[in-house]
Amino acid sequence: MTTEIHDPARHRGAPDWLWYAGVPVVGVVLYLLYGQLIPISEWVTALFPVARNSHTGEAIAFFVYDVPKVLLLLTGIVFVTGVLRSWFSPEKTRAILAGKRQIWGYPLASLLGVLTPFCSCSSVPLFIGFVSAGIPLGVTFSFLIAGPMVGPVGLGLLYGLVGWEIATIYLVFGFTIATVAGFILGRMGLERYLQDWVRELNAGPIGDLPQERLTLVDRLKMGLDQVREIVGKVWIWVLVGIGIGAAIHGYVPEAVMLRIMGGDAWWSVPAAVVVGVPMYTNAAGVIPIVEALLGKGAALGTTLAFMMSVIALSLPEMIILKQVLKLRLIAIFIAVVAAGILATGFLFNAIL
Amino acid sequence: MKTVKVYGPGCARCATTEQMVKDAAAKLGVEIEVEKVTDARSIAMAGVMSTPGISVDGKLVHAGGLPDAGKLEGWLRT
Repeated sequence: MTTEIHDPARHRGAPDWLWYAGVPVVGVVLYLLYGQLIPISEWVTALFPVARNSHTGEAIAFFVYDVPKVLLLLTGIVFVTGVLRSWFSPEKTRAILAGKRQIWGYPLASLLGVLTPFCSCSSVPLFIGFVSAGIPLGVTFSFLIAGPMVGPVGLGLLYGLVGWEIATIYLVFGFTIATVAGFILGRMGLERYLQDWVRELNAGPIGDLPQERLTLVDRLKMGLDQVREIVGKVWIWVLVGIGIGAAIHGYVPEAVMLRIMGGDAWWSVPAAVVVGVPMYTNAAGVIPIVEALLGKGAALGTTLAFMMSVIALSLPEMIILKQVLKLRLIAIFIAVVAAGILATGFLFNAIL
Repeated sequence: MKTVKVYGPGCARCATTEQMVKDAAAKLGVEIEVEKVTDARSIAMAGVMSTPGISVDGKLVHAGGLPDAGKLEGWLRT
């Protein structure tokens, strides 16, 4: 046999030098384009036969500006994240967490939840893999909450669309909720509410994968694969989200927004959570809505609560987890996370 | 005759992986039997935490994401 088969870089695609040259060049071009979005979008908006300062004109301007902006940001973030995550894997994360039984397991699990690549469709095997390796239930929950809640896509878009202050607040509180909720769930002794077959599992066989040696080009390829896969999947959610955001921006009067989502309406925080949980979209779809809400004077706490409950608590994921968790445990899980979100919402409405 | 198992709960990438395995085997002229494992319990028992995963003759060779076409041929050949 030839030795060639063990060298993945030789098999398909461009030569290495093209990757080293192409990635920075494309990056710079997209960055320059990003800087020109305001004039470009104003020019496109002017093509529509409506007055720029009418409701419709405002909505169109919002849409035309936000679509390329979000898609560019999304592409950049997903690429960088895809490359960074090539250094992490669920197997490595499990090995790290399995050795940590003390209190540090919770924040560490939250951190790894952000960095480890996993899709919600494999959260069940992942859950079992963690629990059967002796990782405490609460630590596993910290991991599972942090993953979607503090994802890089959400943070990056918040930074780009709303500003670094709010992105930082979101990061700190999302991380805190994942850590504290995991800790509380761990203290409650909920092992009896796992599905019976999960409890009976002995320490599962650790997947004994040969460690693959990856070159930098392999990692860049993984980043590009992620862009294809994720942007190819979520673009429709992005358009829907920006469409809703544009409608809010153009047509909803500020007075109405202040009455419904203003800081004085205390009930708006729980209402935002109740509305947010059954809504299922990803961070890329919800943040344009958040941008429009904040722009119209919605209170920060209420808006944060809405965003967190949309992203972190999703019905489809609960249905997947039903395979390993009894209904009682799912309800407790939702209650604890929702309590953290409510607390965050009330806190920010109170201090700002 | 090799037994190849593809582990995955039925996401799009799992179906793609199964097809890639079949295509690679046909290309190499290797006779294989592909079994798809979709049950979460069996996936976990095999030690697969990120899907799709692949095992050849009982040995786990891949987990998480689409396999590299070149590596896939390597696994089927040996």
